[in-house]
Amino acid sequence: MSDLNTQAVAKYRNNFLKEVEACVEEGDWVKMCMQCGVCSGSCPFGPHWDHPPQELFMMIRAGKREEVLTSSSMWMCTSCYNCIVRCPREIPITHIMHGLANYAHRLGLAPKNQPTRHFSGLFWNNIIKTGRVNELKLSLGLYFRDGLVSGIKVGMAMASVGIGMVLAKRLNPIELIKPHGCKDTKGIHAMLKKAREIEDRRKGLTAA
Amino acid sequence: MATKEYAFYPGCSSQPGASASNYLTSVNSMCKTLDIKLTEIPDWNCCGASIGYAEGGELPRHAMNARNLAMAERELPGQKVVATCAACWLSARETKERLDHNSTMRADANEALKEAGLEYQGKAEVMHMVEVLIEDFGYDELKKHVVKPLEGIKFAGYVGCQTNRPFGIDGESFENPVYLDKLVETMGGEAVAYDQKVTCCGGALAFSEPEKSQKQIKDIVESAYDHGAEMIVTPCPLCQANVEIYQGAVNKRYGTKFNIPVLYYSQLMTLAYGGSAKEAGLDGHIIKAPKLEAFAAKK
Repeated sequence: MSDLNTQAVAKYRNNFLKEVEACVEEGDWVKMCMQCGVCSGSCPFGPHWDHPPQELFMMIRAGKREEVLTSSSMWMCTSCYNCIVRCPREIPITHIMHGLANYAHRLGLAPKNQPTRHFSGLFWNNIIKTGRVNELKLSLGLYFRDGLVSGIKVGMAMASVGIGMVLAKRLNPIELIKPHGCKDTKGIHAMLKKAREIEDRRKGLTAA
Repeated sequence: MATKEYAFYPGCSSQPGASASNYLTSVNSMCKTLDIKLTEIPDWNCCGASIGYAEGGELPRHAMNARNLAMAERELPGQKVVATCAACWLSARETKERLDHNSTMRADANEALKEAGLEYQGKAEVMHMVEVLIEDFGYDELKKHVVKPLEGIKFAGYVGCQTNRPFGIDGESFENPVYLDKLVETMGGEAVAYDQKVTCCGGALAFSEPEKSQKQIKDIVESAYDHGAEMIVTPCPLCQANVEIYQGAVNKRYGTKFNIPVLYYSQLMTLAYGGSAKEAGLDGHIIKAPKLEAFAAKK
């Protein structure tokens, strides 16, 4: 992964804005930001972001590559789309936040223990296995991220919720052995492999 | 023949034994009354939701949604695709918008889809079930089927994020959408005015950032109580789950005594249309709604 990072640094040198425009989802919108700050004030988790969106946009333009890509900020996006609908320039901010997080993750620069980074990866790997979400495995994967002991502890704390869900027939223990899924998982896997290949080529995420 | 037919995208959470299985139960009952025929898109897959971005990137997520749309185009030609889940609807619509307006993205998605033997042509329209109700039926038509109005029951219509932004329901404002209130009133219930109607519940971050999300949930529930609501009603499976199941955790964290039922619009409609508690999926709640159970039992 760090090879990809070295490669990107060499390619774009000091022009981080150009790099974001080429490699980040909807990145070519960044230069449209006029620094009004409505996005930052509209974000539900805004107070927890080290750098709210408008600040990230200015940092990108100022070439603060490492500060941006190692930031935990964009990982706190809840995908509520409040920033998008309020932005006077109609910048697709939510998508840019996802794009920055994805790019940082792929380059190996995203903060290692960021909980949403972990959950996001867990979720994707969960759904592509059978083509559909396995809610039970997803919850268990989350509880046990810090090992067995802590997993049992979190699991116990959440037990009343879990039992309630099972009783309400909204969580099925059978999912562990006989999960829901698509028939054509082979086709889905081949499709996703190809999609990733194309995306990596377009975004320069393949080793030279 | 049914009045209206749609290609149905139920989504992962609506499957039997999944977190919104009772949503589907009530949607099926509601559709029976309205004579809507829903045909599942064969072998549909997960939309990737918003949270899949770290590993899923851009094109792989669009490919997932394009697969569903391509399958609907091929197997259920001429039918609109309807989703009941906010995230499924949003993701499918986002993909449609991107592929219909960006020829490179569309060519790339089709190159990937070819591996699964499919092609996206952009023929199928994508709707949320609420859009079907409002745009293809309309409040007057929906009201005609009411046999038991939900008189005297006060609901806080919790619209949340993803059925509201960025697409929303045609003609509605992002800051104060009124369609859910209107649906409640159409069913004879009372919609209370409160200030957390479009507040985010934390979404998928309820799992990864529980503390921050539970603050959101607390604000929503508190406001609903403060404005006299007896129950909360929502069109989104994740809003429903988050706001219902974490009330216990919120109580522990904040010393509150929250215990407010959180329902789907389709459950209210099923009951107002004369359906039983079972047909409305009332058995699928952790926080029960005894008032509605009694209402359903009443002849």
